[in-house]
Amino acid sequence: MSKLVVTSIGPASSVQDGGRPGSQRYGLVPSGAMDRLSLAAANTLVGNELLAAAVEIGPFGASFTARGGAVRVGLAGASRNADIGGRPVAFDSSATLAEGETLNLGFARGGSFSYLAIEHGIEGEPMFGSLAVNARAGLGSPYPRPLQSGDELKTQAASGIAERRIELPASNDAPIRIVFGPQDDEFADESKRLLTDSEWKISATSDRMGYRLEGPAIKHLDGHNIVSDGTVNGSIQVPGNGQPIVLMPDRGTSGGYPKIATVITADFGRFAQISAAGRSASRR
Amino acid sequence: MAEPLSPPRLLPSGDSAITVEFSRTIDNAANRRVLALDRVIAAEPIAGVTETVPTYRSLLVHYDPVQIGFDALGEQLLARAAKAPPTETGTRRWRIPVAYGGEHGIDLEDVAKALGTTPDEIVARHVAGDYRVAMIGFTPGWSYLSGLETFLHMPRRKDPRLLTPAGTISIGGIQTGVQCLAGPSGWHLLGRTPVRTYQLHRDPTFLLEPGDAITFTAVDAKTFAEQDRAADAGEFVAELVRP
Repeated sequence: MSKLVVTSIGPASSVQDGGRPGSQRYGLVPSGAMDRLSLAAANTLVGNELLAAAVEIGPFGASFTARGGAVRVGLAGASRNADIGGRPVAFDSSATLAEGETLNLGFARGGSFSYLAIEHGIEGEPMFGSLAVNARAGLGSPYPRPLQSGDELKTQAASGIAERRIELPASNDAPIRIVFGPQDDEFADESKRLLTDSEWKISATSDRMGYRLEGPAIKHLDGHNIVSDGTVNGSIQVPGNGQPIVLMPDRGTSGGYPKIATVITADFGRFAQISAAGRSASRR
Repeated sequence: MAEPLSPPRLLPSGDSAITVEFSRTIDNAANRRVLALDRVIAAEPIAGVTETVPTYRSLLVHYDPVQIGFDALGEQLLARAAKAPPTETGTRRWRIPVAYGGEHGIDLEDVAKALGTTPDEIVARHVAGDYRVAMIGFTPGWSYLSGLETFLHMPRRKDPRLLTPAGTISIGGIQTGVQCLAGPSGWHLLGRTPVRTYQLHRDPTFLLEPGDAITFTAVDAKTFAEQDRAADAGEFVAELVRP
């Protein structure tokens, strides 16, 4: 059996897949990849199912060593300087580590998250049909927590087939598209315009639960407490200080702040990739 | 003949979910209609609906926009809401042990002071309540209960705590609740239950369902410790009074 040993890794890195929908009625959020298109691209490169489990790597560098045999990987998402034992490796392509070789990844460029898919997938025990890490709920496999140095990702030996490359449309910084609602009637038209006409900065305190936006304060018509109701990925809730929070895959399944709008599904991954201090505009 | 029920509002939650809103406030009648619509959708599924999430006053309906659109789904939801009878048949009833006060409920004395009474009376009143699981949300197993008597209504804390213990039984606003995992809370902590409303590798993983009826029973610290060990080993500890 082959395995990929984590030799170094930064925070905000964990095994993620398509998540575990179906138990939100019990307060269990689906979790899953921040940027599903990039997860699917990485998996495609090594012939896996689109939303199979892969390593979601946060903004900092990381390195992985093949043990017990060769390991074939696919790299997609935020691009980085990458090499295997000094041999340069391109993003949006697959590459094979011979036994004992190390893949070195630098800092993320032009995004926050990269995806490292492993040919034949990562071995683990699915919980509610998913290996995705949700540390608060004690879920995730092979480790129910973010990855650390020394962790081992078990898999099958590399097939040795020809490496692949995938051409993806260049990412752009067009405004993030939103749909107003479900509680946009808690805000005056001028507050709604403020949301779409302002440039927002992603706060450094953002994480997989939510991205905090910094910009002009959005005022509520009638206070900031509503009776809690259900949330989705991309819900834009506005707490008392008027600084919106966009809910991400580890969100609470319900929330008690008015939700002025929702990021559309097609733009969610691109939004998730905007780095802290990066700028985001939105449009209806 | 009964007055026809007013239709719920259909609110877009992005391009893949509809919030079916029955009320803007905490309202038992609205919550019964939410749970009734949830049951009707389970009995008569709608192609393209992937998941439903009942809350106090609305049902969040997740859907696959490739299979069904907002307008078509909205029509089907309104039709089901119109015929969903807001009944309470088949309500399961649980009795949940709670160790009140002391280290288990660090706010009990302050709550008593704020409400001008004794800790014993707060416990007696909380135990006397007949509650229903209005919704489960935020974190796994966090069960929000309706039915808290007016005397125990109290504004939430101004400074929410970042960490409160697993199993916390608390009150906040007009609600009371059973919190399963340790986590942040702005509510007042009255006690702790050994019951795990969410526990991996136990069948069922989630003990309570929205709509279940709940009463509490006070236990001493020794009983709590014994039951806590039993619950850790996978026992329910909660007593199913009526299945």
